[in-house]
Amino acid sequence: MAALKNNKIILSKEKLHFILERLTHQLIENHLDFENSILLGIQPRGIKLCDRIHQILEKKLGRSILKGYVDISLHRDDIHLMDKPQSMSQTIIPSTLDNKNIILIDDVLYSGRTIRAALDTLMDYGRPRDIELLVLIDRRLHRHVPIQAKYIGQSIDSIEKERVQVYIDIENQDDRVEIYTHKEPNKAKG
Amino acid sequence: MFKQRHLLGIQHLTKEEILYILEQTTQFKTIINNKVRKVPTLRDYTIANLFFENSTRTKLSFELAQKRLSADVLNFSSSNSSVKKGETLLDTVKNILAMKVDMIVIRHASPGVPIFLSKNTDVHIINAGDGAHEHPTQALLDAYSIREVHNDFKGLNVAFIGDIFHSRVAFSNIYCLLKLGANVRLCGPPTLIPKHIEELGVTVSYDLRETLEWADVANVLRIQMERADGAYFPSTSEYAQFYGINRELLDSLKSKVTIMHPGPINRGVELSSDVADSAQSIILDQVENGVAVRMAVTYLLFQNR
Repeated sequence: MAALKNNKIILSKEKLHFILERLTHQLIENHLDFENSILLGIQPRGIKLCDRIHQILEKKLGRSILKGYVDISLHRDDIHLMDKPQSMSQTIIPSTLDNKNIILIDDVLYSGRTIRAALDTLMDYGRPRDIELLVLIDRRLHRHVPIQAKYIGQSIDSIEKERVQVYIDIENQDDRVEIYTHKEPNKAKG
Repeated sequence: MFKQRHLLGIQHLTKEEILYILEQTTQFKTIINNKVRKVPTLRDYTIANLFFENSTRTKLSFELAQKRLSADVLNFSSSNSSVKKGETLLDTVKNILAMKVDMIVIRHASPGVPIFLSKNTDVHIINAGDGAHEHPTQALLDAYSIREVHNDFKGLNVAFIGDIFHSRVAFSNIYCLLKLGANVRLCGPPTLIPKHIEELGVTVSYDLRETLEWADVANVLRIQMERADGAYFPSTSEYAQFYGINRELLDSLKSKVTIMHPGPINRGVELSSDVADSAQSIILDQVENGVAVRMAVTYLLFQNR
């Protein structure tokens, strides 16, 4: 994928791979064999990260691990503020969530509103035992709601006009994270 | 992408918009089969269902779809309203809008009423059936139900059997299916098939067996007793004899036809019970998909201000 204008790479491919290694080891430390755990990527941007982490974990552990995707469109709190229509993506929940340990995965944690919506969405599917959050990038200065991630790839200090773009490509391994300045102020997604 | 503010008819939609609605419907269908079947999406919105004509299924389906999305719902039917006192349509609607309503779902006996409202109000309008003109959500749910069974529309043969003349369901379906690439054939007594309808791009047959041999899907329409004020056919028993579908007829065909019906069924007239309730029939799937389609349409329209 072509690099964005005015961009700056904040995580190179090599560094990103080290971070993914660390995150997966932290997950294994807490979940051991993942017997009762499910990885859930948040649509649309969290699913590639979820797929990659799932791939690494299955390779390391030599067993299959439950994985799914969750779409939060209908639980957003900003439908009346959107400039353009948002498509709904697929929600795939691989088993009942009752009494399961859920690892929610998203690429960037910004305002925390997406995670708030994701938590509400998950409750519609069952009553998990616990829910943890994994993010690759934590933009820690911009939280609107009291939400924190348990597993963090990298925390960054950024200003409102900046955007973070995560590139994770499961086939080409053309991975990186970029930051760039946008003309419009951020409408506080994420 | 979907850029419409209103759903006035299938005629106004592109093939891409129809396919987009069908694709989004799948996500809503997962919601209505969830443990919790309600989402908070439209909790700030109020929708008025204005039914100037009788309806059971469509009205319930819209209401359920709106409630699943957490909208507040106002129901109006003309039989117990000031319409009886001589109030005009626009006055009735403007009074309802003064109560801060965000969307109107309207069914009316006069064709064009939804278009009229879209030009004279600033709220979202959904056409829930206007005379013998269009019934777009029915066509969308029919297309969705067909796709669940047959996957692709290209080259698919879909027959409409029965009263085409009075049927807004048929017209919306014809526009929808032709846009999606299906072949459409109409079959019924000559009195119930409009003249020159072939100009829309459909074929016409008066022979039920020949039509069913041709069809992959047969959408059987209701004989509309309330609209059939002229003498369109001698008797319902004669109609059933020539155009009614029964088990014996279906079993004698070379291939299996998917049976659909928009409801309500006149059992023993256009469909026998052993056909309506058989595994070949997807009539109840149509009803289930109706809620999901109406959720998708409502959600999508609200995103275009």
